Formats: sequence, C-alpha cells, structure tokens
Amino acid sequence: MIESTLDTSCRIGPVTFKNPLIMASGTFGFGKEYGNLYDLSKLGGISGKGITLHPRPGNPGIRVYETPSGMLNSVGLENPGIVSFLADECAFWEKLDTVRIVNLGGGTVQDYVEGAAMIDEDSRIREREGRKAVDMIELNISCPNVKAGGMAYGIKTCVAREVVREVRDATRLPLMVKLSPNAEDIADMAQMCEEEEAEAVSLINTLSGMKIDVRRRRSVFENLYAGLSGPAVKPIALRMVHQVCKRVHIPVVGMGGISSSEDIIEFIMAGARAVQVGTYNFVNWHAGAELAEGVERFMVAEGIRSLDEIRGIL
Amino acid sequence: MATIISNRRVAEGIYVMHAEGQFGAKMGQFFMVRGWDGYPLLSRPLSVYDQNEYGVKFLYKTAGEGTRMLSRMTAGDDVTLLGPLGNGFPRAQGRTALVGGGIGIAPLYYTARHLEQADLYLGFSEKVYEEHEFEALGHKLEIDLGGRVLDRVDFDAYDTIFVCGPEPMLRAVQIKSAMSSGRADVYVSLENRMACGIGACLVCSVGCESGRKKACTDGPVFRAEEVVLA
Repeated sequence: MIESTLDTSCRIGPVTFKNPLIMASGTFGFGKEYGNLYDLSKLGGISGKGITLHPRPGNPGIRVYETPSGMLNSVGLENPGIVSFLADECAFWEKLDTVRIVNLGGGTVQDYVEGAAMIDEDSRIREREGRKAVDMIELNISCPNVKAGGMAYGIKTCVAREVVREVRDATRLPLMVKLSPNAEDIADMAQMCEEEEAEAVSLINTLSGMKIDVRRRRSVFENLYAGLSGPAVKPIALRMVHQVCKRVHIPVVGMGGISSSEDIIEFIMAGARAVQVGTYNFVNWHAGAELAEGVERFMVAEGIRSLDEIRGIL
Repeated sequence: MATIISNRRVAEGIYVMHAEGQFGAKMGQFFMVRGWDGYPLLSRPLSVYDQNEYGVKFLYKTAGEGTRMLSRMTAGDDVTLLGPLGNGFPRAQGRTALVGGGIGIAPLYYTARHLEQADLYLGFSEKVYEEHEFEALGHKLEIDLGGRVLDRVDFDAYDTIFVCGPEPMLRAVQIKSAMSSGRADVYVSLENRMACGIGACLVCSVGCESGRKKACTDGPVFRAEEVVLA
C-alpha cells in the first residue's frame, strides 16, 4: 500500500475485494505456482483453472500458438474434476487472504448443475467448520475450445438462460457469469444474467480464432479453432465492457488483454467494477503484484482516493 | 534481469548466449528467456547448455521472431530469465549414452560435463556445430550427419540413455527401446511449446500412460515409454 488513505476496494454482491485485480481463469492454475513468486494476498482475487464435474484430459496436439500481440490457446478445459479440486486445491485455498473464485465449466446443463451443487455443499460444510475456501462461482458458459457444451451456451441468450437459471437455483454462493465475445449479442446476454439474478458478469472470454500451417496444409490445432487472447483483443474487450455496463446494473468484471495499470484504469473508466488479468501472467510472472501497485501509483498521481471517482465516467 | 556476457553465432542460425548470474541449474533444466518487454508476448524456453562461475549458457536456434530477437542481442544487453525450471535428467546409473538430434544437443553438454562416463552421439541433418566443445569433454563422441544418429546407438550396450531431439527422433527412440532387451533406462527430454513455464497454464501438456502431465514442471524429462507421442 503506497498511501493508507487510498481506497482500492470494490464489492460484488456480498464479497469485498481489497483491490480490483483478479487473476483470470486458465492462466493462473489454482495460484500455487505464482504464490511461489509473490504474495497472493496482494491480489483482489483469483479465479481458478476452469473445472468440470468430471475430469477432462483436454485437447490433443498443439495447444498454444503465438500471434502478433496475442496468443491462441486450445487447452480444452483439461482439469482434475470437482472432487479432486475440492479435496486437493481447497486445502490451499482456505489459507489464502484473497477472494477465491471457482471457475465452473460443463458439458450438459446437468453437469453444470451437479457441479454447482457439489461446490455449494462443500462450501457450506467448510463455512460451518471455519475453513471457507470458496467465495464465489464464475460460471463459464463460453469456453471456445470444448466441442460439446462450452461455447454452445455462450452464443445464444435463450440457451444460456437455462444454464444460468438452473445453476442459480443450485447454489447460494455469489454467481458471476463469464461471457463470450462470440455471443450473438453480449449486452443481451448480460441482461439475461441480471434477470436470472447472477451477482455479476465477467467478460470477455477469448475470441474464436484460427491458424493454418501452410506447409502441412492443415489447422495448427486439432480442434480446428482456438481462443485468442492478449493485447490484440483489448480494444474489442473494452468496447464490449462499455456496452454491457451501459445495459446492466449488476457489477461487470472486465478483461481482455490487460497488460498495464493504465489498461486497468481504462476498464474501470468504461464502467468495470473489477478486472481480470490473464495472458499477461505469462509475459510478466509478477504481473499481479506489480499491477496492484501500479493502480495505486496511478491513483496517487491523479489525486484519486477511490476508484468510484472514475468508474463508468464514459 | 541478467546481463549478457556474450552472444555469438556458432553456425548459420545457431547461437550461444552467456548470461550473467548464479542459478544452480541442474543438468537438463531450462529457463524461460525474454529479451524484450511486450512483444513477442511469450518467453522462450531454452535449456541449459552450460553453467560456470560467471553465468549460464544457452545454445539456441533461431526459429521464430523471439529467438531472432535474442540472436541480435549483444554483450551488455539485459535478458529476463526465469529459472532454472523443470525436473532435469535423473542420476545416471551405469554405462550411459547421451543422444542429441539437432538443437536437441543443447542440454547434453552440461549433462556430459557432470558425468564421469558418458558416450555422446550427436546427430545433425545439414551442418555440424559445437563439435569441438563436445570433443573437449574427453568422452567417446560420435557425430552423424544426415539424420540417422540413432542407428549408431546400441541400446543393449547401455544402462542409461538420455535423448533430446525432434519428435520423429523420439518416436524412433521409443520403437528402438521397445525392441531392445530392456537393459537401458531410456529418458527423453521434450521441447514442447510453453506459455507460463511454471505449471499454471497447461499448454505444454503431455499425454502419458498415467494421464496428462506438464512438460514444464513434471518434465521436460520423461521416461521414454511413459510418453504418448502424437
């Protein structure tokens, strides 16, 4: 903390974040690896690697390809499944002094609902025992790299509504829905989430993209398309966050290519309550700690005491 | 940040960078290396070629924009290094062979320097490089030009074999190993694409008999029979 009068905190539903910086799902594991490099309590929150009801091996073949100012990934939700997550990762999470967000993916609506119910039940038991490890669920209806389900739900609002409604019924944990830029109308999608009583929406997930190996005359990725992230997508993400903020009243968590504290301020000015940082974790292994400080430095330099002073000013 | 002591071209498109610092790397480990701020986005995983009292050396081939940028750096420039990373080679037991294909020879130099006995087999497709450095180690050394280095290695003559090279070569190693008497413990070092390098992103995931593993933290060295190559 540079100056004690600074207020970098923000709230989503009943959850208070000490600063608006959340590490994005899929780029931060469950936090252990980066926890060896810096103190995770400097972060507002972390969104864990996306998990699904059952373990998934992820996609075969090449999973990453760098593009100008961006990268395509096709991990395909490789994860150990919810049971393993609750048993192995929550023991680490319960000791963390930062907001812990479970990113929940799925194949069928039933998978999502069962998954949410399991996390909810485990979380109640833990809370009774004073071992709370999960503060929020981020519902991933927008993974572009999973054939069944995944992004299918992320495109059409009417299809997504069913998932959001059922998951909402399955858990009392605060619910944030992660939206896809590939949605037919992302503002409609956000409004639907608000109507279905989600506490927040987060956006954007990766943009569906492609890379062809011209010598082998085939896609670099076994899954044909892959998800584009990094600075290349930031202007699009910022525009979408702005549009969604104009439409809904629930908190909007902005992400997409954030690589500096100024990028974070841009998203806040566009109306975001908090932000997520993803690909930049690969560029700078100390991204979280450095960006948190950078936001404070910006506030001091600009004479801002609370981010509320600049939030949504456009 | 590490300051570059030297960065010299040793053959067409092949360079050796020496960067300052004490890292205590073990044989077969690697670093995530970047010599720029924002672009290219990702760091490059480079295995430890050698290590001395001044710093760590990388033998690398220019393949894309990142390695080309590294190749243009000069003494006094700064590179960002994260590492040493990965498991590295295990302790070699008994008679040992080190087999490298192309730029895959990189992790074998420091490894050979630490083994009392090791027979070196280096294979190159078009041009030979760093042969004098390897020769100076005083081990038995065979150099093959033309991509058939594995034909020179009698798997049944060794207890431990370490291999690093392109994927077709590793597939051939698996076949050769399966057809051998099984005397040798055969290990391969993988060169998968990576993003984070520390086990968080899963883009370097490797299919193994026991499920998915991470090339960066569970590897880059695996038992040859354990890895499912595409």
